Amino acid sequence: MAEVLVYVDHVDGAVRKPTLELLTLARRIGEPVAVALGNGAADTAATLAEHGAVKILTHDASEYADYLVVPKVDALQAAHEAVSPAAVLVPSSAEGKEIAARLALRIGSGIITDAVDLEAGDEGPVATQSVFAASFSTKSRVIKGTPVITVKPNSAAVEAAPAAGAVEALAVTFSDQATGTKVTGRTPRESTGRPELTEAAIVVSGGRGVNGAENFSIIEALADQLGAAVGASRAAVDAGWYPHTNQVGQTGKSVSPQLYIANGISGAIQHRAGMQTSKTIVAVNKDAEAPIFELVDFGVVGDLFDVVPQLTDEIKTRKG
Amino acid sequence: MSLRIVVTVKYVPDATGDRHFADDLTVDRDDVDGLLSELDEYAVEQALQIAENADDAEVTVLTVGPEDAKDALRKALSMGADKAIHVEDDDLHGTDAIGTSLVLAKAIEKAGFDLVVSGMASTDGTMGVVPALVAERLGVPQVTLLSEVSVEDGVVTGRRDGDAASEQLQAQLPAIVSVTDQSGEARYPSFKGIMAAKKKPVQSWDLSDLDIEAEEVGLDGAFTKVEVANERPARTAGTIVKDEGEGGKQLAEFLAGQKFI
Repeated sequence: MAEVLVYVDHVDGAVRKPTLELLTLARRIGEPVAVALGNGAADTAATLAEHGAVKILTHDASEYADYLVVPKVDALQAAHEAVSPAAVLVPSSAEGKEIAARLALRIGSGIITDAVDLEAGDEGPVATQSVFAASFSTKSRVIKGTPVITVKPNSAAVEAAPAAGAVEALAVTFSDQATGTKVTGRTPRESTGRPELTEAAIVVSGGRGVNGAENFSIIEALADQLGAAVGASRAAVDAGWYPHTNQVGQTGKSVSPQLYIANGISGAIQHRAGMQTSKTIVAVNKDAEAPIFELVDFGVVGDLFDVVPQLTDEIKTRKG
Repeated sequence: MSLRIVVTVKYVPDATGDRHFADDLTVDRDDVDGLLSELDEYAVEQALQIAENADDAEVTVLTVGPEDAKDALRKALSMGADKAIHVEDDDLHGTDAIGTSLVLAKAIEKAGFDLVVSGMASTDGTMGVVPALVAERLGVPQVTLLSEVSVEDGVVTGRRDGDAASEQLQAQLPAIVSVTDQSGEARYPSFKGIMAAKKKPVQSWDLSDLDIEAEEVGLDGAFTKVEVANERPARTAGTIVKDEGEGGKQLAEFLAGQKFI
């Protein structure tokens, strides 16, 4: 059976959820071979094996943390040469897309980014993408070289599928370009204790109608009752009410949770681009004409300062 | 020595228009108004600021696209760029990201550069990989997705805000940077700028000027193929209630029915 390379996104050995989703998709095409790089690379093995990795290629060097993108491209290229896979799958983060693109160019392949589904096809894997602010759905194939495909979070379920998970050291020689862009400082994001926006099953967002940074506490309170991530529209972020890392939309994160709750968000194309593929959408907005109501499964026309706290209290009551 | 800055920009269908695909599954450019990709305005802005802070600098704006793409160049020139290059060729129709990076890299080399500035992604394709691809082709550092950027003494520095951390980056010129929409509001062209732009030089190059063969680009040269494009079915109309004091409870009832609580 053909092998499929899966690039592992991890933090000091803790594998992030989108990588486990990639393993689910990789098993549709072949046998997943994971590539884990940097500090803690070997610590990823147990989790990856549990989710279907037949082999884990690991390599640690200071270059991965000290220089941008290229050392990881060098390593993935080495893994590609060692394995000759049927496809290379990479999580669709900003960095993942850059790594994948440079790899594709080096190995003479095409690249598809931001796939939301992947299936085996007679002529190679077929990727589904959501385009034009999710108003269209396309199916595409890489038609030259080894398909390199980046996949968005929440595109597949995480499935347990125990496999051998043999750890092998990957031999990597860094290219002249590897040390071109130096990382001279790194400030980790402060953890909010809430789920990662792109990975969360539920997202609660606030927009212009929240009307002030201090009012975001009522959005957060609802999110915390639901175990949800907090999102914000561009209007709220541009006004300085919430950090840009939480922005949902064309120039922020694109999310596809089970449930999306939009509060005080009109639903401009900017925003829709980032949340339209959510499974269930609900909205609270004062304006009955707001375009967000065209998307909703359930909408409340009303003042979010009345509706949201009442909802939060009701959930609390129901949970007992 | 003059600092040579090349800004890459894309002419895209208006995101607020009714975008769709043509019969050959390329982006339909005929039935929707086009404009300079909003995310590239930030690149033009940062390039102009870097030029203003340099002793001597020249900003060239570069696009690859059909005849109408001149509008995007014109906008960038009216914002303050010095000159423009338009790569236009019928054989470019249907070119994918890999092919686009080839054309851009060849044009950037031909133009001569110390710094390339790009936007974070186009508003139509939204891949966000072209700056990395151009860096790979040119063999220069990629300093991408910056929320802050500056150039001093032949060194570019910037801040890249990632999911897990915010990173400070540094590279020697020549280099390619891309900037996000957090890098600073783009200026509006002044009346004077708009008038001046009409007199600024716009060079036109075709594939032969760049020593690129037709089969390396376009639909035939593409590394990927769109096989199907379907309009997403409209979401079925949901229930909308007016809050008359019980809106939050009604919403909770809906969520409970869907097993979210």
